[in-house]
Amino acid sequence: MKTESTDANTSDQGLITLAHGAGGRVMRQLIESICVEAFNNPALALLEDQARLDMAEIAAHGDRLAFTTDSYVVDPLEFPGGDIGTLAVNGTVNDLAVSGARPLYLSCALILEEGLEISRLRRIMASMSDAAGVAGVSIVTGDTKVVPRGKGDGMFINTSGIGVIPQGVELAASRCQPGDCVIVNGTLGDHGAAILQARGDLALEADLVSDCQPLHGLIARMLAVCPQVHALRDATRGGVAGVVYEFAEASGRAIRLFEDQLPVRPSVRGVCEILGLDALHFANEGKLVAVVPREAADSMVAVMREHPAGRDACIIGEVLDGPAGSVQISTLMGGVRLLDLPIGEQLPRIC
Amino acid sequence: MKFVDEFRDPALAKQLLTRIAQRMASPVLQARAPIRIMEVCGGHTHSIFRYGLEALLPQTLELIHGPGCPVCVLPREHVDDCLAIAAQPDVIFTTFGDAMRVPGSRQTLQQARAGGADIRMVYSPLDALQIARENPQRRVVFFGLGFETTMPATALTVQQAVGKQVDNFFLLCHHITIVPTLKALLDDEDVCVDAFIGPGHVSMVIGLEPYGFIAEQYRKPFIISGFEPLDILQSILMLLDQLVEGRAEVGNQYSRVVHEQGNIQAQQAVAEVFELRERSAWRGLGEIDQSGVRLRTRYAALDAEREFALRSTRVDDPAECRCGEVLKGQLQPQQCPLFGSGCTPAQPMGALMVSSEGACAACFQYQRNDSQ
Repeated sequence: MKTESTDANTSDQGLITLAHGAGGRVMRQLIESICVEAFNNPALALLEDQARLDMAEIAAHGDRLAFTTDSYVVDPLEFPGGDIGTLAVNGTVNDLAVSGARPLYLSCALILEEGLEISRLRRIMASMSDAAGVAGVSIVTGDTKVVPRGKGDGMFINTSGIGVIPQGVELAASRCQPGDCVIVNGTLGDHGAAILQARGDLALEADLVSDCQPLHGLIARMLAVCPQVHALRDATRGGVAGVVYEFAEASGRAIRLFEDQLPVRPSVRGVCEILGLDALHFANEGKLVAVVPREAADSMVAVMREHPAGRDACIIGEVLDGPAGSVQISTLMGGVRLLDLPIGEQLPRIC
Repeated sequence: MKFVDEFRDPALAKQLLTRIAQRMASPVLQARAPIRIMEVCGGHTHSIFRYGLEALLPQTLELIHGPGCPVCVLPREHVDDCLAIAAQPDVIFTTFGDAMRVPGSRQTLQQARAGGADIRMVYSPLDALQIARENPQRRVVFFGLGFETTMPATALTVQQAVGKQVDNFFLLCHHITIVPTLKALLDDEDVCVDAFIGPGHVSMVIGLEPYGFIAEQYRKPFIISGFEPLDILQSILMLLDQLVEGRAEVGNQYSRVVHEQGNIQAQQAVAEVFELRERSAWRGLGEIDQSGVRLRTRYAALDAEREFALRSTRVDDPAECRCGEVLKGQLQPQQCPLFGSGCTPAQPMGALMVSSEGACAACFQYQRNDSQ
């Protein structure tokens, strides 16, 4: 990479200016020296207005396209365990993967705020490129805009993704059946807690790292071993509680979680205890919730635990007949209570 | 997790519940049943619902969810004051997160922030002071809210602001104090409470002595309690023991945190900075004598009430709201005709639906299926 660039418009000492989004020479230099180089693939290198994808190559993977889009606006841009770039890749990869699709192509649209350090942009593009490499996807088309200082939060990224769903794979929230088990692939709330700490206004010292990771490898393994998985979703904003609610509502069933089975890291629990928050509502960026028939649940957990993204997989709940759309928790004390969704953002309690 | 898991041990909880049931079966208590215990503090209310404790207790033992949630009892006109201050273009208004969603007569602070007001959530009043030092050209107002739990931090911040000559920092003081309100409840003929689960964090600051009159004059057992399920169950057992033996004493279950004298340094800071108001308004309960504090005259320069010449007019809850009856234990949350229909946590009408520590909000959040 041209990290030694002496050109003021792309040098690491420089800042993003409005010229970088104006469509002229400066913008072209930026895109070529940072994005094209980082993402390094033939479709992008053509610098046409669109990526051109080979139909036969796509069709070889399955019989349906999966297509998704997501925008990333995280503050701070870099945090323990990742940055906005890794999020933008893994988030969209995971949105594709939970349909059972093999993720193939991403787009990358950048909205940069005037004044962003070019060194930072280069760092984030490099980690996007690394994340895409790990996930086995190509970033094949993109766009760059610059907004005046104060009109953006450093940078925003939108990624859209295309994947292909293999024949016969049918995952749907509506398929949850009474008796099914609810499984997660690891600890809850790591990303939400890491971001809360990285914002620096908690004045807490804790070892908190985002769980940002791609899930398609784990999911492919899960589907290979147990094709009868009923429902699968990644638990991002809204946390595992949000996904479980979606499952209960879409299937017209009830779901009961077991409080004593919920995997939460001690450091994340500490944050929750101090602030009066619940890890079930915290965001994750590398966690999935699967609903599988009871008879397949134990072998599914065993298979997941063999995969690096599923080391702490466990059963956290079960699907019940009804009442439709309700989510309950059996508490440590032996009672049962409702698990409610927060109204808006979770607000820390004062006492 | 240390100091947490020990107090959530299901096997120990079962033992305590068995002993509670034994006490309740004693002839003395059977003759008095139902036994009504008020938990004063909103933190206890939240734990009781979160761990589903009510369902595990004997049916002849009723828990009454008391007035100890400072956010719930915050009158609407005070939120209007906050909004009026936050609307000044040169003001940065800082507050604990809890207050963001409390409705004033027209708006919440959250809505005002969306409308362009510079309103920032802080975790400590010292953060607000720091914001003031970083923004010398702006007036930075901290909304002081809560009981004696949060009062000392506000007092220390006020002392620091003066000591460090930060002259753009102001305090809008709505700190309130729980003891006069307990007295008002005890004097109310509608309130029948046999014993009290006393507040933990407030007592950490004020100690045991201020509650003495409850045992001596009103003959009600009073146990200061921690917030974990075992704390609460043990406190209930300690209260029942007193009732069985005909005693009325102030006891301390939460001795790992609360000392008999409280925190003397904190008390001194509070006394140096604040003085009692003649009376203060509590949402759902009305005006109660000497139940709130204001800045002493020597700190008048920091007083946001003076700086912004506030003239709020009293805004009553809608007449259908029956929060007062719920607070006094005359009505269960689900028995209020507005519960879950006209009044929900997303659109609270009455005080007790406002914060997650309010009896109605906790009930709605954790139990509403039972009522449907």
